[in-house]
Amino acid sequence: MSATPLAYLTGAGARADTTVSLTWFTLIVSILVCLIIGALVWWGARRYSARGGALATTSVTVERGGNGIRWIVIGLIISAVPLLIALVWTMAALAEISGPPGNPALVLDVTGHQWWWEARYNGTHPSDTFSTANEIHIPVGVPVLVRLHGADVIHSFWVPKLAGKTDAIPGQNNVTWLQADVPGRYRGQCTEYCGLQHAKMAFEVVAEPRAAFERWRARQLQTAPPPVTPQQKQGLAVVNYRCSLCHAIRGTSAGSGYGPDLTHLMSRQLIAGGALQNTPGNLAGWIQDPQSVKPGSLMPRQYLSGPELAAVTAYLETLQ
Amino acid sequence: MRPAAFRTPEIGEDNPILRARLHAIWETTPGWRGWLSTVDHKQIGLRYIVTAFVLLAIGGIEALVIRLQLAGPNLTLLTPDQYNQLFSTHGMTMIFLYASPILSGFSNYLWPLIFGSRDMAFPRLNALSYWVYLAAALFLYSGFVIGAGPNDGWFNYVPYAEKDYNPGLNQDFYALGMVLLGISTTVGAANFIVTFFKTRAPGMSINRVPIFAWGTLTASVANLVVVPAVSLAFFLLWMDRQYGTQFFKPEHGGQPLLWQHLFWIFGHPWVYAIVLPAMGMVSDALPVFCRRPLVGHTLVALATVSVMILGFGVWVHHMFATGLPGLAMSFFSGASIIITVPSAVTVFAWIATIWLGRPVITTAFLFFASMILLFVIGGVSGFMTASVPVDWQLTDTYFVVAHLHYVLIGINVFPVVGATYFWFPKFTGRMMDERLGRWNFWTMFLGFNLGFLPMHLTGLLGMPRRVYTYPDGMGWDILNLITSIGSFAFAIGVLLFFINCWRSLRHGEVAGDNPWGAPTLEWSTSSPPPPYNFAVIPTVASRHPLWEDQLREGEGRSSLFRGMLLDHGKEAIATTSLDADPERILEMPEDSYAPLLLAIGLAILFVGLLLMRGIVAGVGGALVFLALLLWLWPRASLKEREPDQPEAAHG
Repeated sequence: MSATPLAYLTGAGARADTTVSLTWFTLIVSILVCLIIGALVWWGARRYSARGGALATTSVTVERGGNGIRWIVIGLIISAVPLLIALVWTMAALAEISGPPGNPALVLDVTGHQWWWEARYNGTHPSDTFSTANEIHIPVGVPVLVRLHGADVIHSFWVPKLAGKTDAIPGQNNVTWLQADVPGRYRGQCTEYCGLQHAKMAFEVVAEPRAAFERWRARQLQTAPPPVTPQQKQGLAVVNYRCSLCHAIRGTSAGSGYGPDLTHLMSRQLIAGGALQNTPGNLAGWIQDPQSVKPGSLMPRQYLSGPELAAVTAYLETLQ
Repeated sequence: MRPAAFRTPEIGEDNPILRARLHAIWETTPGWRGWLSTVDHKQIGLRYIVTAFVLLAIGGIEALVIRLQLAGPNLTLLTPDQYNQLFSTHGMTMIFLYASPILSGFSNYLWPLIFGSRDMAFPRLNALSYWVYLAAALFLYSGFVIGAGPNDGWFNYVPYAEKDYNPGLNQDFYALGMVLLGISTTVGAANFIVTFFKTRAPGMSINRVPIFAWGTLTASVANLVVVPAVSLAFFLLWMDRQYGTQFFKPEHGGQPLLWQHLFWIFGHPWVYAIVLPAMGMVSDALPVFCRRPLVGHTLVALATVSVMILGFGVWVHHMFATGLPGLAMSFFSGASIIITVPSAVTVFAWIATIWLGRPVITTAFLFFASMILLFVIGGVSGFMTASVPVDWQLTDTYFVVAHLHYVLIGINVFPVVGATYFWFPKFTGRMMDERLGRWNFWTMFLGFNLGFLPMHLTGLLGMPRRVYTYPDGMGWDILNLITSIGSFAFAIGVLLFFINCWRSLRHGEVAGDNPWGAPTLEWSTSSPPPPYNFAVIPTVASRHPLWEDQLREGEGRSSLFRGMLLDHGKEAIATTSLDADPERILEMPEDSYAPLLLAIGLAILFVGLLLMRGIVAGVGGALVFLALLLWLWPRASLKEREPDQPEAAHG
């Protein structure tokens, strides 16, 4: 991952690239305008450097000289050129990126929750359908349509290297599309203020070749394997008792859709809405005390005993 | 003299006996009684200015705490809740409680002086708008003090502001406080509009009105039109929260997007309302230091009005990411790009004025001239966000935070500080210190740009706004540290400004009537002006009554020391809207406790609504009723004099 994962002065796909060139054009025009105006003010002010005390103002007589209107007319004519170019370019770019070119290769439903992202992959049959969280896989080189939903308050879906922002508004069906032309992991972030943990509501889009994507999809469709060791079995028991109120693990009795689907938790690189790397230590720490990582998070403190926590972690690590 | 008689005002010369008589008529009673009941626009104006500067300081301290939290990644100085309340309160303070009231303060103080008049059109309404502003500020801040400040940003999107997600009193304080503040803004706006059209000195036809007055006029018209939208929005939100209505709740057919439309229909014109009067200050004061009239006065006045009109049609550019249809977005995108044109007219007029004049570099000049650059920086970043595809990337990042600070600090704070250096002698009779002024300017200018110029880059590197912390490894660490350092330097600059005001108040050089050799009427009276402003009502013959001898443009001469006396009581003159021909004598009200009582009644009423206590609200309501009764009780002394002959009524 590059050193500036959310920078958008470079893009990694057809949609973002269209915007990148327009952004650079407006940025360069803007910088030039500031330099020119700054220089005009500076030189204009220094031409008569009648420096002195405050009362010296009265010692300079007032005169009306020169044709000032010419300044305004010439200034407007010069300003009109970049303005018109920007206007036309804006409309052209808007037309180009307002919808995906041709039929999208994949249609996803992405839902913003306080404070994590749910991605639902719809198949033709319920058994082809699954949910994952905070890590969205897409095939590279093709447009992907994303239908956005807000579960609670307004969130905004943003993957700067791939596309600009679109809000996920409760009660409203917004649509956006992505295209990654280079395989890789692209960071995304909620950009509509949504409450206490708006800051820690990140996700990743993983763009991979079609075959790898299909392999990933097939694996995500599998249910969780049964626990093997006694510790894993104990872990599942605790999970059923504690975690299943909010989370689903397909293949077990945990089936709530309130929090992220954990069926393939260990296939994801980030947990806690993108706030932590998915390492065993982080995972255990997050389960035990989410409130110290994300104060205000809707996941409560668990108060598990040491052995219980170890068992839960051991079980969750089987969810590859 | 018969009541309701037709009377032609006596014409006479300025003389000490007249002045003594007018002083006795217009002077506010000394002591606390006068302090609580005065309707003198100068006292009210100064109160507005001082209150707004105090709130600027408070909002600034909030900003510094925010910058400490953001100085590095993963800092934990503030909890998320504290941070969210702090950034929301900072926005509320600066945008609603500082930026607009400070301009109202300057306009209140200066308008009657600029217009050659003796007070605002409705002096008691003027006092009311100040007291309600103060009440609203105290109301909003009492929420913050007890830990229930606004916590959803200044534009307060639903559904997060609804009770389901925001159960505390935070949003009730904010919603009701904003409705209360809306009352102040509305009555103030109505007062400015009537004052502009009816109380200009004879001869000050509409083409001779200074640009500052145009700025406040257009801002007031805008406020009158759009404040109802936001007051309604906050009222509906309060209903949703307290009475279970469903205006903004999607699960029962409400529309979250409705809030955004209602808010931004107000919000964008409001942004222009808090910059246009400040731009007007620059248009009027910058030429004084350039020793020439403003280039393109008429064009600048028209540009001011057109910015406001176009400003009504750009609100959707705050909502480009909400999934609106492409056609609608194209329209608002186009309008947002086009609005650059009238702003460019003003900028080139200022630059031409500098180039064609002979600038005297004073502290005030430095603030005004640098404001041109800051205005352009804030303008071009606004132009970038006007382009929909670009905005989809820029919006809700620190690029927008940088943009709005260039707009609000660049086009409001810098002109206001410059205007203080410029008009302080008129307010107080003393000059501000120029040496300290240079230190003040350069610390503010360099500190501000050090803090906020790199913030554009922080935004381009993708840092989202309104985050209480950020992870490392995103490329934002050093930029944020620089911004924090710059913001502290800027704060020191503002502190130097306050110190300079404080010191100059006691030790400043005595100013005289017109220390800058400025052209407009406020400089023809003494510094500070007497309670009656002008001994005789001036008659105006040009745009620059005090420069006529130097400009020698043969428009005739304004008459400043001979004119209508209007000394039979508290009298002023009403003139026609366009040509400013004298129309009738205005009987101005005496000092009154009614505005204060009304404001107190409103405050108690709103506290009752906040606490959902019928009795408290009832007491407040009764007090409001009593105050209105006191206010509107007919007085013989205020009866306008009707002419004897019916045809003279049209004179």
